[in-house]
Amino acid sequence: MSQPEVLNQAFELGYTYTRSTGPVIGRFFTELRNRNIVGIKASDGRVVVPPMEYDPDTAEELSEFVAVGQQGEIVSFAWVKEPRAAHPMDVPFAWAMIKLDGADVAMVHCVAAASEDAIATGARVQAVWADETIGYITDIRCFKLV
Amino acid sequence: MSEEQEVVTVVNAPVYLQYNFTAGAAPARFLAQLKKGKLTGQRRAEPEAPVYSPPRGSCPASGRPTEQEVELSDKATVQSFTIVYIPIPGNVIEPPFVVANLVADGANISFIHLMSDCDNSEVHIGQRVQAVWKPEEEWDYSMDNIKYFKPIDEPDVPVEKIGKLSVTGQEG
Repeated sequence: MSQPEVLNQAFELGYTYTRSTGPVIGRFFTELRNRNIVGIKASDGRVVVPPMEYDPDTAEELSEFVAVGQQGEIVSFAWVKEPRAAHPMDVPFAWAMIKLDGADVAMVHCVAAASEDAIATGARVQAVWADETIGYITDIRCFKLV
Repeated sequence: MSEEQEVVTVVNAPVYLQYNFTAGAAPARFLAQLKKGKLTGQRRAEPEAPVYSPPRGSCPASGRPTEQEVELSDKATVQSFTIVYIPIPGNVIEPPFVVANLVADGANISFIHLMSDCDNSEVHIGQRVQAVWKPEEEWDYSMDNIKYFKPIDEPDVPVEKIGKLSVTGQEG
């Protein structure tokens, strides 16, 4: 038998999942669609964003939604020099933990910045909304420095 | 929260995995022969060694290389089958259709392909079938060169003989 030529082919495996949000994340997404950000009050009074269904300490069911600000502070960040296809931006950006005004825990989202030097822990950022909101985390297109 | 608006209850969360698939030596050889309109298998270089098709390059029983290429018939026997009634996303074939494990004459292991040009309710184990090929100008490195297998007018193969026919079929 002769050695055949090497045969290569692109192949995509796709799983078209639809996921149930549950009532709490459903409310969070519904609020995002209206360009509002909400958290939930935990048993010790902390405001958790994104909201969670059960208390992190006592496991009791949570239901008290609290509107939080559209601005916040960068708690920590990682600069992405070479964005990949699945990333939310096609130019260098930062993944950041952002503590929104009125929240007590940070939430992860992306931050647009001109360069790595332009961004710093403690910097103030503001949500930038997508032109069309659909009820998903990408309704916040990114955060920008203020 | 605005009450007129519907509350979000579901989100689309698809996952897409992009692969670059390399066939490997034995399957590439098999596909190259298919491009010429030939079904082939491979065996260890021993007289009674079983013939595997499609070949993976080694014998699954002994782990030793399958160095000998064997040309197979495009006639085959139904080893098992299923009738698909539920549409599969992304599949262009409309149900109901028959998917069968077929053993080509000269091979000792089955491959999966479509059966068509038949009455689905009459498909049965041991049934004799033959490949219906696409026009030669459309042949590629693909099992799709065979559009489907259709029943032929030959006696059924007894269950104990399925997977044991020589390349000349029931005569051998």
